[in-house]
Amino acid sequence: MTMQTIYLLIPLAPLLGALIAGLFGWAISRRAAHVVTIAGVGISFLLSAYVLKTLLSGGDSFNGSVYTWLTVAGLEFNVGFLVDRLSAMMMCVVTFVSLMVHVYTIGYMHEDPGYARFFSYISLFTFSMLMLVMSNNFVQLFFGWEAVGLVSYLLIGFWFKRPTAIFANMKAFLINRVGDFGFLLGIGLVLAHFGSLDYAEVFKAAPSVQEATITLFPGHAWSLMTVTCVLLFIGAMGKSAQFPLHVWLPDSMEGPTPISALIHAATMVTAGIFMVARMSPLFELSDAALNFILVIGSITALFMGLLGIIQNDIKRVVAYSTLSQLGYMTVALGASAYQAGVFHLMTHAFFKALLFLAAGSVIMGLHHDQDIRNMGGLRKYMPITWITSLIGSLALIGTPFLSGFYSKDSIIEAVHFSKLPAAGFAYFAVMAGVFVTAFYSFRMYFLVFHGKERFGKASHHGDHTDEEEATDHHHGLTPGQKPHESPWVITLPLVLLAIPSVIIGAVEIEPMLFGDFFSDAILISGNHEAMAKLGEVFRLHGGVTGMGTHAFITLPFWLALAGVALAWFFYLKRPDIPSAIRKAAGPLYSLMENKYYMDHLYINGFAAAGRGIGVIFWKLGDTILIDGLLVNGSAKVVEFGAGLVRRIQTGYLYHYAFAMIVGAIILLSWWLGGILPALR
Amino acid sequence: MTGHLLSLAIWLPVVAGMLVLATGNDRHANVARWLALAGALASFLVTLPLYTGFQSLHGGPQFEEMRPWIASLNINYHLGVDGLSMWFVLLNSFVTLMVVIAGWQVIQERVAQYMAAFLIMCGLINGAFAALDAMLFYVFFEAMLIPMYLIIGVWGGPRRVYAALKFFLYTLLGSLLTLVALIYLYQKAGGSFEIADFVRAELPLSAQALLLVAFFFAFAVKVPMWPVHTWLPDAHVEAPTGGSMVLAAITLKLGAYGFLRFALPILPDACREYAWLFIALSLVAVIYIGLVALVQTDMKKLVAYSSISHMGFVTLGLFMFAKGELNQYAVEGAIIQMISHGFVSAAMFYCIGVMYDRVHSRKIADYGGVANRMPIFAAFMVLFAMANSGLPGTSGFVGEFMVVLGAVQVNFWYAFAAATTLIFGAGYTLWMVKRVIFGEAGNAHVAELKDVSPREFLVLAVLAISVLGMGLYPRLFGDVLHESTNDLIRAAAVSKLPKNNLPLPGADAADLSDSPLPNKVKP
Repeated sequence: MTMQTIYLLIPLAPLLGALIAGLFGWAISRRAAHVVTIAGVGISFLLSAYVLKTLLSGGDSFNGSVYTWLTVAGLEFNVGFLVDRLSAMMMCVVTFVSLMVHVYTIGYMHEDPGYARFFSYISLFTFSMLMLVMSNNFVQLFFGWEAVGLVSYLLIGFWFKRPTAIFANMKAFLINRVGDFGFLLGIGLVLAHFGSLDYAEVFKAAPSVQEATITLFPGHAWSLMTVTCVLLFIGAMGKSAQFPLHVWLPDSMEGPTPISALIHAATMVTAGIFMVARMSPLFELSDAALNFILVIGSITALFMGLLGIIQNDIKRVVAYSTLSQLGYMTVALGASAYQAGVFHLMTHAFFKALLFLAAGSVIMGLHHDQDIRNMGGLRKYMPITWITSLIGSLALIGTPFLSGFYSKDSIIEAVHFSKLPAAGFAYFAVMAGVFVTAFYSFRMYFLVFHGKERFGKASHHGDHTDEEEATDHHHGLTPGQKPHESPWVITLPLVLLAIPSVIIGAVEIEPMLFGDFFSDAILISGNHEAMAKLGEVFRLHGGVTGMGTHAFITLPFWLALAGVALAWFFYLKRPDIPSAIRKAAGPLYSLMENKYYMDHLYINGFAAAGRGIGVIFWKLGDTILIDGLLVNGSAKVVEFGAGLVRRIQTGYLYHYAFAMIVGAIILLSWWLGGILPALR
Repeated sequence: MTGHLLSLAIWLPVVAGMLVLATGNDRHANVARWLALAGALASFLVTLPLYTGFQSLHGGPQFEEMRPWIASLNINYHLGVDGLSMWFVLLNSFVTLMVVIAGWQVIQERVAQYMAAFLIMCGLINGAFAALDAMLFYVFFEAMLIPMYLIIGVWGGPRRVYAALKFFLYTLLGSLLTLVALIYLYQKAGGSFEIADFVRAELPLSAQALLLVAFFFAFAVKVPMWPVHTWLPDAHVEAPTGGSMVLAAITLKLGAYGFLRFALPILPDACREYAWLFIALSLVAVIYIGLVALVQTDMKKLVAYSSISHMGFVTLGLFMFAKGELNQYAVEGAIIQMISHGFVSAAMFYCIGVMYDRVHSRKIADYGGVANRMPIFAAFMVLFAMANSGLPGTSGFVGEFMVVLGAVQVNFWYAFAAATTLIFGAGYTLWMVKRVIFGEAGNAHVAELKDVSPREFLVLAVLAISVLGMGLYPRLFGDVLHESTNDLIRAAAVSKLPKNNLPLPGADAADLSDSPLPNKVKP
C-alpha cells in the first residue's frame, strides 16, 4: 500500500462507515451500525499512528492534490493533503479520541432510538475533521471548517424534540457563521494579494507582502498582513469559541455527552487553534494581529473560567473550563508559542475528553441528573469514574508531572517571555486563571465525589416510557436508589484516556516544544523569542524532571494548590460560606449568573434588531413604498386615466361628431401652420 | 441528427405538449401523465449530447442552425449555444422532467393542460437560451410568459388572478421597452438582428445608456433585482409547486442571461459607467432582502425572498466583469450560482410542496416537528436548507464563494456586504428549519403526516445528488464556461464608442486568456 493510498484511506474509512450507518441504518442492526463505524475510525486511527511513526522516523512529509475541484482564471483549486508532523499529530488525536467516543457511545446511547444516526454523525464528524486538518489549501480548509460545523449542528440538535436543543444548535451555527464571515473575507484577501490559495505558495509569497498596505477607509492605510490575519482569526474565534463569539459553546451541552467530549472539547473547538498554528508563517508577520490574539485569548481564559465557578450543571462546568483552556491555547498563539498552544491542544484533548466522558458516566449513574448539587459521595459507588475524574482534574489544574502541567506551564512561561504590549495583561490573566481553574475543577470534584450523599431526592416519577428515558430528560434517582458504576464500554475509554492524560506531557514536551517535531510546519520569526527563551529555561532546569521539581517553588503551583484548598474549605468543610458570599456579592453574582449579559446582547440586541429591520424593510419598503406607491400606484394612475377617458366615451353620436370636428380643426390648423409660413 | 439538436430541444417538448393537450379532458388523465413523462424524458435526453458533444476549448456558439425566417426583415432562425447558455438548456429540460414527476398525483384537475403547459414552456425557454438572433430570442422570451401566466392563473392559490396579472404586467411592461431597443439596435447593426452584429455595432454612450435602461426594465424585472422584485413573492405564493420550481429555477435565470447576452457585450461602456448602480442594487438585494426573508411567516415567501437574495449574487458577479483585472471569478461565479440556484431553489420549493400537499398550508406556524413523522423528508430538507445557506460541499457554496473572491479584488466592502449572506442566509433558512422540521409535533395535522412516497423520494434524491455532485465536483460545470466567459469579458472590455475602438486602459485583451491572477502587490 503506497503512502498516498494510506492518506486517502484515513478520511475515507470513517466516511464510508458514516454513509453505511446513515443511509442504511434502517436496514442493518444496531450492532452492525456500531461495528462498521468503529471499524472505519479504528482503521483510520491505526493508519494515522503509522503515518506519524513514519514521519517521526524521518519520513518525508507529503503535499499533493487528490483531484481538481475547480479551475478559474487559470488557477486550480484542488482537494489535496498536506501531511506533515503537525497534521499527523492532529490526525492521531482526532482519531484516537473519536475511537474512544465511538466505544463509549455503545454504552451511553444504547437505549436511544437514533442509535445508528448518532454513529453516522460522529463518523461523519471524524471525516470532516480529518479533511480539515489534512488540507493543503484554504478551500478545503473552509470545507472541513463548515462541515464540522454542520455535524456539530446536527449533533447538538440530536434530540430534536427538545426546544432548548434546537435553539442551541441554531445558535451555534449562526455564531459560527459570524466567525466564518471574517474567515471567508480573510481567504478572499489571501487570494487577491497572494495569488493562490495553496498553503505552500501563500507562505512562500508572504514575506514579500509583509510591507503591503490596504486602504479600507480613505486616509487610513493598514497593514495588509494585519487585516488578513485578524480576519482569519475571527474565523478561529467562532470555531474555538473565543470571546465574544463564545456564547454558543455552553449551550452546545444540550447535545449528548459523547459529542460534548469529542466535538466541543477535544477536537472541533481546537480547529481554530490548529488553523492559526498552521498559518504561523502569516501570523508571524503581524505583531498587531498577535496582540489582538493575546487580548482575546486572555479575556477568554480568565473570564470564562470565572463563570465555571458558579455553574451547577456538571457539563456546563466542564464547558466553561473548556472555554478557559481554549483561551490559554489562544494566548500561546499570540505569544508566538505555537508549539505550546498545539501541545496544550493535545494534552487538553485527552484530559478534557476524559472529564466529559466521566461526567457522562456520572450522569448515567444518576439516571440523567446533571445537577452537581444533587450528587456527592459518588466515589463509593463509581470507583473507576472517580479515579479517572481525579486524574483528569489533576491534569487540568496543572499538577506537576501530569500532562496538563507541562503544557500549561509552558504557555504561562511563554507569555512571560513575550515582548508584545498585550503580554503583560495576558500574563496576569493566565496566572489568575490557574487559581480559577483549580477552584472550579475541585469544586466540582468535591461536590460530585465527596461529601454528603445528596442524591435520591428526585420526586417519584411515574413509569416513563423508553423514549423518555432515551431523550435524556433530567430526572435523577428516587429515594433509596443507589448510583451504579457504568459498564465496561464506558469505563474502558475512561481508563484509556487517563493514561495519556498522565504521561503524554512528560513524554512529548521535549520533542514537541524544543525538538524539531514541528520544524516543518511552524515558522517563528526571529524577533519573537518566547519559544527560544522557553527552551533555554527548560534546559537550565534540567529537562522534564527538572521542570517538574522546579514547579514546586513557582507561583502557578501554589496558586493551584490554593484553589484546591479553598474549594475543599468552601464545599466540604464549610458549605455555608459559598451561599453567604453569593448573597453578599449581589450585583456581581447576577452579572456572572447572566454570563456577563452576552446572551442578552445577542438575542435581544442583534437578533431582535435584525428581525426589526427586516419587518421595517418588508412592511414599509416592499409593501407600502414599492407595492403600494409604485406598482399599485401606477396601476391606480392608469385606472384613473382610463376612468377619465371612459367618460368621453359616452356613446352619443353628436359627442363623437363634435370631437371629430374639433380634431379636424386642430389637424388642419397644424397643417396650415406648417404650410402657411412657407407660402409667405 | 446532431445538426438539429437544438431544434429538437425546442420543438420536441412543444410537440409533446401538443400531443398531451390532444388527450383532452381528465378522463384520460393517466394517458396524459405517461405521455408527458415520455415527452419530458425524451426532451431531457436529447439535450444531453449538448454536453457530451461540447467542445470546451471553443468559445463561440456551437450546434449552430441557421435558416431565414422573415427574410424581408432579415430575421433568421439562428440557434446555437456557447458555454454560458448550454447549461441552461440542460437545466431547463431537467427541471421540467422533475416537475412532470412532481405533479403526477398532486394535480388532479386539467391534468393534460397542466402537463402540456410545462412541456411547451420548456421548449420556449430552450428557444430563448439557444437563440442567436435577437428577434427570435424576443419571441421566445415573450412567448414563455403565456404558459407561465396560465399555470399561475389556473392551478394557483386563492389570489392567483392578482398574482398572475401582476407577474404578467410587470414582466410585459419591461419587455416592450426591449422591443424598441432591439429595433434601434437592428438599425445600428446595419439591418441585422444577429446578436453578434449587435456586439460589433458602434454606439455612443448616450444611446448605450438609454438601451441599458430599456434592457434593465426587461431583465431586472425577471431576475428580479431590487426594487422591481415585488411580483416574485406574490407569484410564488400563488403558483402551484411545479410553477414555483420552474419560476425560481429557470425563468429568473432568463433575466440574468439577458444581461450577460445583451447588456454586457452590446453596451459595454454603459455597463461599465453604471456598474456601480447595478452593484449597489445587487448588494441591497443581498442585505435588504436577506433581512426581509428573516421575518417571513409563509415558507414560500421566505424561499422566494431568499431567491432574490441569491440572484443578487448573480447580478453582483456579472457587473463586476470589468473590475479587478477583468474579473473571471465574479462572472463565472455568477453563472455557477445561476446553475446551482436552479437545483437548490427547485428543491426548496419542492420540499414546501411536499408538505403543502399533506397539510394544505404554507404558514410556518402550522408546522413544527415534521421530522418526527417524516424523517427521510427531514433529512432531505435539512440538506437543501444547508445548500440554501451556502454550505461548502453543496452547490450553493461554489458560486457565492467565487463571487466573494472576485469582489474582494474589486472592493473589500463589496465583499464585506456580500459575505453577510453567510449570516443572513443561514439565519432565515435555519430558523425556518427549526420551526418547521424540529421540535415536538406541532399539531394534529403534523402528528398524522406520512413520510415521502417513492415518487417524491425519487425527485428529492435526484435533486440531492445534483446539489451534492455540483458541490463536490463543480469543475464539471465550470470547465466549459472558461472560453465563453473569456469571450464575453473580452467583448465587454472593448469600448464601442464611435471612432474609439482602442482597448480600455488596463483591459488589454491580448494577455487576458488564462493568465494567472495578476499579483496586485504594491511593495
